[in-house]
Amino acid sequence: MMPSAVGMLVGLVLAPLLLGVVNRVKAVFAGRRGQPLLQPYRDIGRLLRKGAVYSPTTTWVFRAGPVVGVAAGVVGLALLPLGGCRALVVFSGDFMLLIYLLGTARFFVVLAALDTGSAFEGMGASREVAFSALAEPALLLAMAALVRATGMRSLSDAMGKVWSDVWLPSMPVAVLVAAALAVVLLAENARIPFDDPNTHLELTMIHEVMVLDHSGPDFGLVLYGSALKGWIFAGLLAGVLVPLRTGSPWLNAGAAVVGIFAVAVGVGVVESSMARLRLVRVPQLLVGAGVMAALAVLLVR
Amino acid sequence: MGWEIDPILVALVLVNLLLLGASRLAACVRLVAVQGVLLGVLALLVQVGWSPWRAVLLAGGSILLKGIVFPRLMWKALRGAEIRREMEPYVGYTLSVLLGLGMLGLTVWVGGRLTLPVPAASHLLVPVALFTTLTGLFLIVARKKAITQVLGYLVLENGIVTFGIALSHEAPLSVELGVLLDVFVAVLVMGIIIHNIREDFDHIDADRLVSLKD
Repeated sequence: MMPSAVGMLVGLVLAPLLLGVVNRVKAVFAGRRGQPLLQPYRDIGRLLRKGAVYSPTTTWVFRAGPVVGVAAGVVGLALLPLGGCRALVVFSGDFMLLIYLLGTARFFVVLAALDTGSAFEGMGASREVAFSALAEPALLLAMAALVRATGMRSLSDAMGKVWSDVWLPSMPVAVLVAAALAVVLLAENARIPFDDPNTHLELTMIHEVMVLDHSGPDFGLVLYGSALKGWIFAGLLAGVLVPLRTGSPWLNAGAAVVGIFAVAVGVGVVESSMARLRLVRVPQLLVGAGVMAALAVLLVR
Repeated sequence: MGWEIDPILVALVLVNLLLLGASRLAACVRLVAVQGVLLGVLALLVQVGWSPWRAVLLAGGSILLKGIVFPRLMWKALRGAEIRREMEPYVGYTLSVLLGLGMLGLTVWVGGRLTLPVPAASHLLVPVALFTTLTGLFLIVARKKAITQVLGYLVLENGIVTFGIALSHEAPLSVELGVLLDVFVAVLVMGIIIHNIREDFDHIDADRLVSLKD
């Protein structure tokens, strides 16, 4: 119980730092010194102290978007096992709840974007939904492969047996699942091969354009919510990639946290070394991720 | 045994799926070359326990022909024809990949209930062999350019060879070498035919050859 609660707290506290690490890696690659590692915290703090401006066309849906995003992230963290360290809440089929929590958060962000009535935000929402419709099956199938390979119905139990039941008997399954999860992570967190978080042209944005009208505390919550989402996906990927399962939950959780930050460094390297994909290629890559996950499901004996 | 050839079999499957989704012909040629090399390594790993010399001979021949000679021939034909990519296939690329996944599911199901005279080295060997064969067949049917169809033929042959690897200590060496030689001649002839089609018609779209009546 204790390590699980601490694991969730660590997620709540360290999630924005993940963004700082990604930005630092990108800066190092570009030969810059980069912003301080704690800059995301300062941004969020600054935004929370500001006042918000609401357009008269918006309704309560617009204000609900960021709140639901953060709430879904917090509940998701409670379900997320940190490597071999069990999650705070464990029950049979909890991975479905996790996936649908992420879906709910996205649904409300999209609704909030549509609520503004802006043409740009509508376009961003349409792209976000189109891509996530392809990313979600990939995520579901990757989970299905894990569950089928370990024979465990809850995420914590499945993650706990990743080394003994997935890596050792069938390494290809583990590699395929990790690859699919990595692609979904990049797509869902609006990172580079799919979306450029630094772009300044509304026409090319996907995720950023949907939150253009949020200001002050609302935008702070949006940033924090997406940081939590990033932590959840990095936690899933690190759980598969760092299959250290010792008797001590503290050691397991520590290894998983190191793995999560390693994933952030990996994201930074990908962002620095790749160009963004053309919009028509994005669905192909996502379908590719889905195919890899499906292959993993088929390979499990 | 199973765990060391499984990664190669999975790599074969991934190469097949990539082939179904690739539109650049140069990339297709490279993928088929990679598949040939993978096949050679697979043959080496499976058969080396039975008769090392034979395995090395077959694997070496396979890698040399399928990894180096065939891609070179295709490469030449490609450069002569001056086309880069398959523009309008009958079946789109994303759909092809999804259909490929369906075929994979089917072959896993069929492979599970097929009984072999000798036990295969891995439970994946038969499904992967059938899937590779089906992929080759699909490429021949669903693509228009003559070069892609030749590549499909090569993939089809790779699938049959994979199936042979599962049972190959039953087949005599001369048969296997003969098959390799046959494929070599076939690819050579097809290369010449592609060359001739291009010389006469300025394109290599197989579907447009129907309107040839004089």
